Amino acid sequence: MILKAKVYNNVFAFKNLKEVLAKANEEKSGDVLVGIAAKSASERVAAKLVLSNLTLEDIYNNPVIPYEEDEVTRVIYDDLNLRIFQEIKGWTVGALREYILGHKATGGDLHHLSRGLTSEMIAAVAKLMSSMDLVYAAKKMRYQAHCNTTIGVPGTLAFRNQPNHPTDSIEGMISSLKEGLSYGSGDAVIGINPVEDNVDTVSRLLETTKNFMVKWDIPTQNCVLAHVTTQMKALEKGAPVDLVFQSIAGTQKANEAFGISADLIKEAFELVQKKGTATGPNLMYFETGQGSEVSLDAHYGVDMMTLESRTYGFGRRYYPFMINNVSGFIGPETIYSGQEVIRADLEDLFMGKLHGLPMGIAPCYTNHMKADQNEQELSTLLCAMAGSNYFMGVAGGDDVMLSYQDTSFHDDASTREILGLRPLPEFEKWLEKMGIMEDGHLSERAGDPSIFDK
Amino acid sequence: MTAEGNGQLETLIIQSVLEELSKNGLFDSKNKQQVVNSAVQVINSAASVPITPLIPEDEETVTLPTDEIMVDNPFNLEAIRAMKKTTPARIGIGRAGARQKTVSWLRFLADHAVAKDAVFVDVSEDFLKRMNLVAVTSAAQDKEQFLTNPELGRRLSEEGVRIIKEKCSKNPQVQICVVDGLSSSAIEANIPDLLPALIQGLNSIGLKIGTPVFIKHGRVWVQDQVAKLVDAEVVISLIGERPGLGTAESLSAYMIYRPNENTVEADRTVISNIHKGGIPPAEAGAHLVDVLEQILKVKVSGVKLNQK
Repeated sequence: MILKAKVYNNVFAFKNLKEVLAKANEEKSGDVLVGIAAKSASERVAAKLVLSNLTLEDIYNNPVIPYEEDEVTRVIYDDLNLRIFQEIKGWTVGALREYILGHKATGGDLHHLSRGLTSEMIAAVAKLMSSMDLVYAAKKMRYQAHCNTTIGVPGTLAFRNQPNHPTDSIEGMISSLKEGLSYGSGDAVIGINPVEDNVDTVSRLLETTKNFMVKWDIPTQNCVLAHVTTQMKALEKGAPVDLVFQSIAGTQKANEAFGISADLIKEAFELVQKKGTATGPNLMYFETGQGSEVSLDAHYGVDMMTLESRTYGFGRRYYPFMINNVSGFIGPETIYSGQEVIRADLEDLFMGKLHGLPMGIAPCYTNHMKADQNEQELSTLLCAMAGSNYFMGVAGGDDVMLSYQDTSFHDDASTREILGLRPLPEFEKWLEKMGIMEDGHLSERAGDPSIFDK
Repeated sequence: MTAEGNGQLETLIIQSVLEELSKNGLFDSKNKQQVVNSAVQVINSAASVPITPLIPEDEETVTLPTDEIMVDNPFNLEAIRAMKKTTPARIGIGRAGARQKTVSWLRFLADHAVAKDAVFVDVSEDFLKRMNLVAVTSAAQDKEQFLTNPELGRRLSEEGVRIIKEKCSKNPQVQICVVDGLSSSAIEANIPDLLPALIQGLNSIGLKIGTPVFIKHGRVWVQDQVAKLVDAEVVISLIGERPGLGTAESLSAYMIYRPNENTVEADRTVISNIHKGGIPPAEAGAHLVDVLEQILKVKVSGVKLNQK
């Protein structure tokens, strides 16, 4: 492995692959905090230059966290298709970038290729890409998954209706749910973050959403985003669960801090297959975000972007229906500015797709970051152009329970109109039946939550 | 113009007032000079603080309309009215095409602006003087460092350590820290009512209170260092919470009994959501006195306190 590069008059040397991967990143506050970011613009380019010249076999031989020490590494290596890897192991990362971008490589080719790529290889190639490279490449890849309905259908853009309430009020939650449905939001899932993580609250929210879906004949799926163990208890007690949710991360140590392991996720997946209400086969919903390992002090000196890619390597084992990235939610110590959020969103969408995952994004921000609504909307449009399967849907963009800003019901409808995208087919038929949508745009009566109050 | 240039004028005014009072038997003229001196001093220090002029609101002022229902021709207006009562979420706000109406969009911008200002603008010097707080800073030199490197906000600057050693009384039963945290607005909105209520309450039950300090760019953990420096039995931090769009003025109180190297988060007792729409600050002050009394009585805080 050559770990030295010259950028005009300056020669830069790196100790190992881990350092090269970290320093090849665009600047983010979390990498700076950990002390692994490039010290200068020239050093950053030198790291990219070194990386472009490394082979996929070099990366395979140097896992950023050893196989013996870390379960996430084991999941990634154990699930790799070695035959495909053998065919491409001599490629440099630079050549991989050109193959992905090349006109010859179709979405199907990239899906096949992805089975032979480790998460570190996927992170590596993304580090050589500009924003438009990422959009261009991500756009080629589109993965469908089926729970009660099919997500990821070409030409569609779906939304999670996220009717959170600061005290888990059922009436309050229903009010926001109606508002969102009246804008055409909710085809990905009706998904609620509960305040109280207990079986009673979770079961009550699951039953209420399920009853609403049945009463109004809404073709979608429900989910309450409590800890996986709470949802499992609710399932055991007979609560109607379509999708099981869990936050996941890119190291075993971070997953332990989340209170999960590969065995636990497997157990949850098997349980929802047996006792859940949905058709499947895709029954899991994962949430991820660059920086969670830094916040949990479980990063092993590995950069946030590489760890995020490893998170997808862990998640893909369980064939999720949705995998959703919330990099803008973690905090300013990991991602500080609007520019950093936009970059992270595009990287994550591309990396997730190159893992073969049905990716969605939550382009979002908190009030203690240097980011604003304009940047959030830019990220939304770019991710939509890059073929995100879905976004969130929050009343007025303001989540009154989690205190952050995400895509609004208005943004959902607008993005579809701007890019000529449609709701998921069954859901669009339902919207037409309800008189909310006609010919792919909102009808006169859309945006009125009281259409559910006859 | 400052009062310092007119010290003689103030002296004359105060002297004549005091003469009137002593004629009527309301003032003992023995201490006259001392009283005059300290009164002039008070006037001078108060007048040397620049006060930001407030622009008065009048009928020429544009204001955001109250949060009204903005759905055009609603199917069931009463139902939307009822829905809005069930949640603080931004519902029933109508649309322009698929975009937000002007008023709801501007209200969103206003709420975000207030939240951002709460995080990024400092607590004013004027405020700290009025509250009579000993002001120090954490190891974070500016807001960006504070936000991007949490470790720096968890310890004091070297100068901060020196000031606390020099100006704060030792061995208090209760040490009060006011900490900006993620909302300066929460400090300015709540402390004027909360701090006096807390101090009076603690005094009334005969507790020995340390010298209250203000810590700029501080996080919760900085209270451990302050407690050790002054050898406090219990330390309480009144700290600004991360603002949401709903309110930027929410404050939390973190209390811990004799923090040490083995302290964990679960050792802290927390009362959050202190603001005029949550637990009102004066009421919170009285409640905190009870909690502090309890902590001192059983000599533990946090989860262990709840188990007592």
